[in-house]
Amino acid sequence: MVVLLAVSFICFLIFRFTGDPVLMLAGKYATQQEREQVRIAYGLDRPFYVQYAHFLGNALKGNFGKSYISQVDALDTILERFPATFELALTAIFISLSAGVLLGVVVSIKPKSLVSRLIMAGSLGGISIPTFLMGILWVMLFAVYLEWLPPFGRGDTVQIGPWRTGFLTLDGLKHIIMPALTLAGYQLAVILRLTRAGMREVLSEEYIKTAWSKGLSSFTVIVKHALRNVLIPVVTIAGLSFGELIAFSIVTESIFQWPGMGNLLLVSIFETDHPVIVTYIMMAAFIILAINILVDLLYAWLNPKIQYN
Amino acid sequence: MIKNILQSNLVYSFVRDISAMTGALLLVIFIFCALFAHILAPMDPYELTTVELSNSLMAPAWMETGSLSFPLGTDDQGRGILSTIMFGLRTSLMVGFSVVVISSILGIIFGMLGGFYGGILDAFIMRTADTVFAFSTTLLAILLLGIFQSRNIWTVVFAICIAGWVKYARTIRGSVLEVKENAYITAAKASGAKDFRILFRHVLPNALPPVFVLMAVDLAVVIMLEATLSFLGVGVPITEPSLGMMISIGKNYIYAGMWWMVLFPGMTLILLVVAINLFSDWLRDEMNPRLALRS
Repeated sequence: MVVLLAVSFICFLIFRFTGDPVLMLAGKYATQQEREQVRIAYGLDRPFYVQYAHFLGNALKGNFGKSYISQVDALDTILERFPATFELALTAIFISLSAGVLLGVVVSIKPKSLVSRLIMAGSLGGISIPTFLMGILWVMLFAVYLEWLPPFGRGDTVQIGPWRTGFLTLDGLKHIIMPALTLAGYQLAVILRLTRAGMREVLSEEYIKTAWSKGLSSFTVIVKHALRNVLIPVVTIAGLSFGELIAFSIVTESIFQWPGMGNLLLVSIFETDHPVIVTYIMMAAFIILAINILVDLLYAWLNPKIQYN
Repeated sequence: MIKNILQSNLVYSFVRDISAMTGALLLVIFIFCALFAHILAPMDPYELTTVELSNSLMAPAWMETGSLSFPLGTDDQGRGILSTIMFGLRTSLMVGFSVVVISSILGIIFGMLGGFYGGILDAFIMRTADTVFAFSTTLLAILLLGIFQSRNIWTVVFAICIAGWVKYARTIRGSVLEVKENAYITAAKASGAKDFRILFRHVLPNALPPVFVLMAVDLAVVIMLEATLSFLGVGVPITEPSLGMMISIGKNYIYAGMWWMVLFPGMTLILLVVAINLFSDWLRDEMNPRLALRS
């Protein structure tokens, strides 16, 4: 709560004192009188603590003001874009977790094989190539050179109630492959390396030797006895790096012209559309904090040794 | 003195480690190109009198439509790709080194204060650090730069530093907590040394090695971040050369088959990051006594 309050205050301060929103709203060619009208209409003439209290009160009611550009509610504008970002992030998390853990296990079981060496070299690439460049290289390969996948956009979507989904059409699924791979890339490499490090440590523990000597199948030993203990820190770190995921979703959406929240943020930055930017920041802060608390609880639940009072 | 340095363990292990040498060599070449870009580059891509729009979108020299005066081709404004890469490296390295130095100093100060004094000060610094960390450096830098109205190299450096001091503070705090327990700190206190003297003469030198490793790793991260920010259009302004910006411009031309505008700056960026990573891997192994014992 304190953090959210601090974030809102900082946002507000910075916006109030960098640049003049009146100039933005009224346009460069407005007369002095028109500017004065705008100033009063948007409450910009009152002392700043009154403005902040007003802003905070409205924020609690879910009212973040109207976009300067489109005159639509800022929160509505962002929420309309939410499904696109959510589907992209969900697919990316799914890919990075499943592929990262699977490859990490393969590498830790047979560390000297050719496949493992290839995987490790690939993961080094995943860490050394910035996300945006990776995305463009995908486009050059699959969209320009091979012409297998569409280079940008979200494709055909289906509207279900307030939710617009791209999962239900073949075109939509084709469109999500490259953005999701791009977004998953970095996290995949990190999760792979974490799983590998954890597995190598756990596989040399006494209880694993016991499990082997009991004659259990290798699947049971590796998945039930070893992997379970490795997954706790892996999931925790994946959850805690959620901020990174949001950041890279902005990058990915910009490359693929994905109609999500990140793209909206960039457009709003270029148009100096303060209400939308503030709403985005507040929402990102809220989501990140919620995920952090969730991870803490999950961690305590998975590991009974830890207790919160 | 020089003889002593040449015979030290550090130099010995460096000379024997081929990947560390390769990384360092590449890095030196890149720094050299960046420093002397105005002499080495075939042209100055940001000097309006030498840039001709009629030279725009030319292919690399070995292709049919290419010309020898532009070895790696030109971009949409008629700037030579090779020259722009050299000047772009200058921006990358300048931002990278400035951020690493400034944010490590900030991190050292906050981390030392928190670790040494503890209490409310420590709690406050570490809570702030947790929050910044949860947002992640990349997101915070994008948001900060989105808020700033005027952008230049130094606002980029400032934004990344605000987001980036946290790792240093955490690392230094950890090692200060460890060093603080040693008998020589108690001895220094007993002999009446001032806090300031204890911090800088006794605590800091012993807490520094992990920071050097972090700085080397961070340099690669910051250079990638600067490229990302410039690619998104919230980094350095269009009037400054930058690898990220080049890739962002080139992206619009890949559908027309003009790959050189993306691929050359992209490869330069990757090579630069790999070179730094090779070097920092070696540094990490050298500076980590626990690893040395194990091998």
